[in-house]
Amino acid sequence: MNEITGADVAVTLDEEIWYLRLYVAGESPRSVRAFANLKSLCEAHLAGHYEIEVVDLVEHPELARGDDILAIPTLVRRLPQPLRKIIGDLSDTERVRVGLRL
Amino acid sequence: MTATNGTGAGQLLQTLRSASHVGSLPKTPTGISGLDEVTGGGLPRGRPTLLCGPAGCGKTLLAMEFLIRGITQFNEPGVFVAFEESVEDLTANVASLGFDLPQLEADGRLAIDHINVVRGEMEEAGDWDLDGLFLRLGAAIDSVGAKRIVIDTIETLFGAFSNTDVLRSELHRLFGWLKERGITAVITGERGDGTLTRHGIEEYVSDCVIVLDHRVTEQASTRRLRILKYRGSFHGTNEYPFLIGEAGISVLPITSPGLLHSVSDERVSTGVARLDSMLGNGGFYRGSTVLVSGAAGTGKSTLAAQFCDATCGRGERAMYFAFAESQAEIVRNMSSVGIKLQRWVDAGLLQFHCFRPSLLGLEAHLFAMQKFVGEFAPSVVVKDPVSDLLRVGTGADVSAMLTRQVDFLKGRGITALFTTLNAPNDPVQADQQIVSLVDTWLLVKSMEGNGEHNRLLYVLKSRGMAHSNQIREFLLTNQGIELADVYVGPQGVLTGSARQAQEAKEASDGTARLGDLERRRVNLERRRESVEAQTATLWRAFEDEADVVESLLSDGSTGTEDRAKQRVEQGRLRRSDADEPESASDARDIHVRTP
Repeated sequence: MNEITGADVAVTLDEEIWYLRLYVAGESPRSVRAFANLKSLCEAHLAGHYEIEVVDLVEHPELARGDDILAIPTLVRRLPQPLRKIIGDLSDTERVRVGLRL
Repeated sequence: MTATNGTGAGQLLQTLRSASHVGSLPKTPTGISGLDEVTGGGLPRGRPTLLCGPAGCGKTLLAMEFLIRGITQFNEPGVFVAFEESVEDLTANVASLGFDLPQLEADGRLAIDHINVVRGEMEEAGDWDLDGLFLRLGAAIDSVGAKRIVIDTIETLFGAFSNTDVLRSELHRLFGWLKERGITAVITGERGDGTLTRHGIEEYVSDCVIVLDHRVTEQASTRRLRILKYRGSFHGTNEYPFLIGEAGISVLPITSPGLLHSVSDERVSTGVARLDSMLGNGGFYRGSTVLVSGAAGTGKSTLAAQFCDATCGRGERAMYFAFAESQAEIVRNMSSVGIKLQRWVDAGLLQFHCFRPSLLGLEAHLFAMQKFVGEFAPSVVVKDPVSDLLRVGTGADVSAMLTRQVDFLKGRGITALFTTLNAPNDPVQADQQIVSLVDTWLLVKSMEGNGEHNRLLYVLKSRGMAHSNQIREFLLTNQGIELADVYVGPQGVLTGSARQAQEAKEASDGTARLGDLERRRVNLERRRESVEAQTATLWRAFEDEADVVESLLSDGSTGTEDRAKQRVEQGRLRRSDADEPESASDARDIHVRTP
């Protein structure tokens, strides 16, 4: 596996569904950018095996408690365990992959 | 008769404040005993205040009390953001101080948000900000309509984020945001190496900085509070000791910072009649502070006990703090000199608090005393001996603590009697720290001489009363203390058996003089008798003579006739032997001579 492709990943992680939650604050440019970055990364590596839930803390600030969210944007890998957190607009793809163990 | 006048510290602060600053800075009272006085009214309203200090100095508690008092006393709901302790821990920690956090939360007046920050948990990938935190805080503030917020301890965030530049700018933005919202915030921070806080957040919170400290001096720990900075406001600059007591935090010097005690003209008996008269007219002033100092074994405690005895005898309450003896020892020892204290204990008029001073730190000691006095409401408080407190703190600390005690007691009109134990060769020096505090200073000295040791008492000072300048001998008898005049003679002051010997000598001298006088009186009497006898004899002689003369005078004419008759008779008798005419011529001659 010298080269990771979407198909390879799909095969490798066949049985695993990645459940990702992205915390954003409204339609701020940083939030929009983060979602776009996440989407393209997932499409590249987890096509068909992932679910992204976007939580807007401006609308539901009480949800920040659950995952102890301070920074915006924050990406939380709910599944597979263990839980992982990545903050930032996810523009640094390498760090996101390290953070997600992707 | 009471009177109150002068300028209080509150007014003084007010004056200084208005002089140093134009326009008054709005303040939020903390409701914490003493802190509002030190800060001149509270924390800056609508601005953040930094509360920093080392671990365990009471930051969290002070911040929590600020919130709770805001809710309960000033109707200002609050938010507590806890980065370190869980809600359960916080609740349990302050429950012992009588703060019911769950109830306040249920009432919708307090929101506690515990933010769990795990070190190194987060990967940073790209730009971020702390909007999440802002939104959380905003939600919590809105949920209760908070006017106050505590963030404890925000520097924990430095462990969670590796990009500290962003964090710093975000914290800066946070404080600005809180200001904008008009929330009075308390931010706590742990002391760093050579800086106020570990990560230097004092740069961002610069309106008011309060430093707490926790120092151990000679094994006794004291918490202190200092207002390092208060932009735009006058504030007390000292380090003020504070205590965490049963009812929360009290910053202590503030019980009575100004000399505003009401004063009384009433006298209270010392229990020693002679001492009452030495103090002019009937004893100490009520509410005054008395110092009895002397070396070991000079009878200071006995004097204190007798004062308590007299107090209880009037039906008033007395409280005896003993640092050297237990209650049982004092009761027993005093009964040996006829001072029966147990009956007052039984009657509930006398309360003992006996403990080693090292049991409590100075501040805790002061706090305990205030609590006991507050509960028992005595009219007399004895502390025996205050010099033992020097084992707990340094001289300056003890003197500061005693100053506050004196203020506290005076503020309540309680007469206080302190004893100090002096080194025999340095009788006065040790007291200098507290002498200016006391109104009446009695000195008990022991004097050695003639193979014995005797006690002397004199009034060294007594403000506002014409007191005796005489030294009295201080005697412990079966009926308590008695004061006797000392004998001052050419040999100096005589006491004890020397005084008794002198008295006996004077008594015997007196007797001797008395005998002499009596003898002279008897002599005089005898002489009078003899003079009278002589006079009587003379009178008798004189009267005899007078009688003779009298009788002679009354018999004068007949005598002449008798003599004439005699002559006639003689002549007649001789005539019988010779001639008759001779007798007739004799008779004729007599007739001639008679006319």
